[in-house]
Amino acid sequence: MFINNQEIFNVLPLIILAAGIIISLLIEMYSKKSESILPWFSVLLFLASGLHAIWYTKDVSIILQGMIATGGNVNIFYAIFTFGAAIVTLLSIDYIKKYGTYFGEYYIILQISVLGMMLMASAKDLLVIFLGLELMSIPFYILAGMNRKKAGANEASLKYFLLGAFATGFIVYGIALIYGSTATTSIEFISQNFSILIQNVLFIVGVLLFLIGFSFKIAAFPFHMWVPDVYEGSPTTVAALFSTSGKAAAFSAIISALFALFNGPAGNLFTPYLAIISLLSMFYGSIVAITQDNFKRMLAYSSISHAGYLIIGLAAGNHDAVAGIIFYLAAYTFMNLGAFGIISVIEGEGETNLKINSYAGLGNKKPLLAGLLAVVMFALAGLPPFAGFFGKYYIFIAAIKAKLTWLAILGVISSAISVYFYLRIIVLMYFKTSDEELQIQDSRNANIAILLSVILVILLGIFPGSFLDLITKFI
Amino acid sequence: MEQNLLLTYLILIPLVGSILILFFKKEQVNLIKYFAIAVSTIAFIVSLVIYFQFDSANSDFQFINKFQWIKGLNIHYHIGVDGMAMLLVLLTTFLTPLTLISSWSSIETKVKEFTFFFLMLEVGMLGVFISLDLFLFYIFWEAMLIPMYFIIGIWGGKERVYAAVKFFIYTMFGSLLMLVAIVWLAVYAIGSLGHFTTDLIELYTVAPQIPMNIQIWMFLAFAFSFAIKVPLFPLHTWLPDAHVQAPTAGSVILAGVLLKMGTYGLLRFNLPLFPDASIAAAPYISILAVIGIIYGALVAMVQTDVKKLVAYSSVSHLGFVVLGIFAMTQESVQGAIIQMINHGLSTGALFLLVGVIYERTHTREIADYGGIAKLVPLFSFALMFASLSSVGLPGLNGFVGEFLILLGSFKSSILNSWAFTAFAASGVIFAAVYLLWMYQRVVFGPVKNPKLDGLKDMNSREIFVLAPIFIFIVWIGVYPSTFLKVSDKSTAKVVKQIYNPIKVTPIESGLNKILK
Repeated sequence: MFINNQEIFNVLPLIILAAGIIISLLIEMYSKKSESILPWFSVLLFLASGLHAIWYTKDVSIILQGMIATGGNVNIFYAIFTFGAAIVTLLSIDYIKKYGTYFGEYYIILQISVLGMMLMASAKDLLVIFLGLELMSIPFYILAGMNRKKAGANEASLKYFLLGAFATGFIVYGIALIYGSTATTSIEFISQNFSILIQNVLFIVGVLLFLIGFSFKIAAFPFHMWVPDVYEGSPTTVAALFSTSGKAAAFSAIISALFALFNGPAGNLFTPYLAIISLLSMFYGSIVAITQDNFKRMLAYSSISHAGYLIIGLAAGNHDAVAGIIFYLAAYTFMNLGAFGIISVIEGEGETNLKINSYAGLGNKKPLLAGLLAVVMFALAGLPPFAGFFGKYYIFIAAIKAKLTWLAILGVISSAISVYFYLRIIVLMYFKTSDEELQIQDSRNANIAILLSVILVILLGIFPGSFLDLITKFI
Repeated sequence: MEQNLLLTYLILIPLVGSILILFFKKEQVNLIKYFAIAVSTIAFIVSLVIYFQFDSANSDFQFINKFQWIKGLNIHYHIGVDGMAMLLVLLTTFLTPLTLISSWSSIETKVKEFTFFFLMLEVGMLGVFISLDLFLFYIFWEAMLIPMYFIIGIWGGKERVYAAVKFFIYTMFGSLLMLVAIVWLAVYAIGSLGHFTTDLIELYTVAPQIPMNIQIWMFLAFAFSFAIKVPLFPLHTWLPDAHVQAPTAGSVILAGVLLKMGTYGLLRFNLPLFPDASIAAAPYISILAVIGIIYGALVAMVQTDVKKLVAYSSVSHLGFVVLGIFAMTQESVQGAIIQMINHGLSTGALFLLVGVIYERTHTREIADYGGIAKLVPLFSFALMFASLSSVGLPGLNGFVGEFLILLGSFKSSILNSWAFTAFAASGVIFAAVYLLWMYQRVVFGPVKNPKLDGLKDMNSREIFVLAPIFIFIVWIGVYPSTFLKVSDKSTAKVVKQIYNPIKVTPIESGLNKILK
């Protein structure tokens, strides 16, 4: 097997990260100052990999005998994962000190999981998807239980592991059935012959199982049960990673595996299933989030509801939908990183200050953080001129073009419901006062990370054009 | 093509101003206030410059700026004014500095944030009136909720949180349905024009072709959103809460400008985009408008709180505007436009006066007053003046608008019934009852409340704020054609668009693809 220089150059984002992981392991083993080197080295790695990806988006190629694609939207996904992970790393530097001990492996495991995500996004073969999925998920299970002295974290980790393994089981079974009916795992081959394959019940069941398995990963109703507990039990920065890059990775896999399938009329077969899942996720997430008094749980339900909006795009299944989903994922990644970032700063030692009531009067106590959180909340609620609004707008365009106007209408109704709980945070921060002293250790690194996310949320909202051009060029 | 950027500057001035305010120190309260007033005054001067260059003999949009914004979706930053928008832009830029001056002493906490949000609000309101792209319009329409939400929620009265959240969710819910309709229209345009567009000028030619059964849904989605903002009976319940809880400056802007965004939307979007549906819906909407006129007046009559009384009077007055719009004659639409301005001035003045007296006595209950004519003669005169203007006394502004609306709706072939006019006219009488009765109880009689002793009359700042409003109240009342002629051509155009919509013949989509 021969790989030419150009191909090596194209997979450089993956190579940079993989090499970086080995170097990180060496640093952790041999350097006494790894505590101060490793986080910054991680950030550097992520930025290098992400910038390379975004710089060379136009070099589209399929390599390794049709196993992996690079360039185009794959690279845009790389950039979403790595920039997201870079922000998570910045947030983590001061955050994991709150647990009292230093875990060097934290950063390394985080790097491995990002490598898994990137593999998923670039997969052109169902087996590569599976490989990437496991490379992402197993580090996730470990990260969820990072705070090993706490029962809640162990519970989160175990729950995530069991349900995650269960979901992976579905996916593997689905792949097996697809293989059984097609005698191949090549996505290219399957999408080319989709209209013939669709007559095979075995194949349909396989695709459905595959979809169900990924519904776990993207936290869609009714496969969402793990989400609130895992977000609550995991370290906040880790939950930030799960809900942003992790979710984006799962969507990237669905898009690369199934999107080719939707190009013909045959793809409509799955539209009712996806539409119903999206509907249930949106409403369930929005309504249950209202009753939450823990901020992380609230965001968990909000993430279920956002998964619902994204699935509208899958149900629509046209080119606008792909662009809409990618844009939405980018917007959602930075909105949620901002929100979780602020939670991680406000969170005190011993996981205190997680109740939303702790945010009462924050507008007076910490004007900058409160202002940033307000922007993030409005953005999550889908208000213009922030990024969340434009994401929804584009998804609705896709839905209406696909004649799913009813789904778009129900989508906006759910979005109106969700406004209530996002506003609740703002009400607490600005309209209520609290005499309680809020002990916050200011973290410069975290502040920079949060500020960056919020700036991106605003920029993506006001000037979505240039990013959108980049995405649409490759569909 | 060289573009005249004045209108863009008009938007940028308060936007840049509000961002600059963030860099002031919290303690520089007076400096911040002077700065904000200066910024909004400059915006007013720029809007006057635009007005003097405005050609009212031309019915087209003027001062058009069009720049590509989001290429992939064919969205442009496209702004411009016609006569209707011009008047409302002037109203906005005129009221903003005045309300900022009026809140000089009533807003004592978080002045920096207040002025920031207030200038942002001005950006949003101006943007709504001048946007010629539905996407751009929607951004301003929604974004404007955020500053208003904070203004009610932070500086409002006791029940401010409830009022702010209700205001926000109510309006947001309505506008989200409009968002779906906007996207639907833009997708529909692909079939006719061959490209996705949210440009209003282009949609004017496309939307009227939509088959009636769908057009009515589009109409309802837009109308629902605007009717909530107006507010049209029975969607008005957020209004009294928001008005009563908002600080004076918030109430003035809410009544003066924000409500007009709803009626302006009906006129700018609903009628020309969906003419067939508008004609079909006109009688029903007019019935709601007339119910609103009478209901608002009757409820205002029994209020014990002055501010609530003025709030309900808004429901009644805006009912006139909606009736004028849906009577769809040139007179009634002109009347509706001038009535929007009138309501902004009269109700704005009433809210300012309620604010003036509330600042001194900290009560708005009518029963707590009585006999203040001797204590505060100047205030009593001003209140009389504003009340009479709101009642519609001939010679003052209110009369002109109401008369034109009643005249137009009587002649209207769409409504085709004298009953609308007759019932609406009773609203004028009710207005006299509730306002003059309130005036009598507050101002005349013996002074019963000992707390009123030593009540101070209006100071020079308060006179300075009210005097310009009163000048315009008289001006419109005596010589309305200064204002009527500004919007004359553009309202004529809107009315024409209803009966003879500009229609393009649909391009065959297949042919279009070949040509491309």
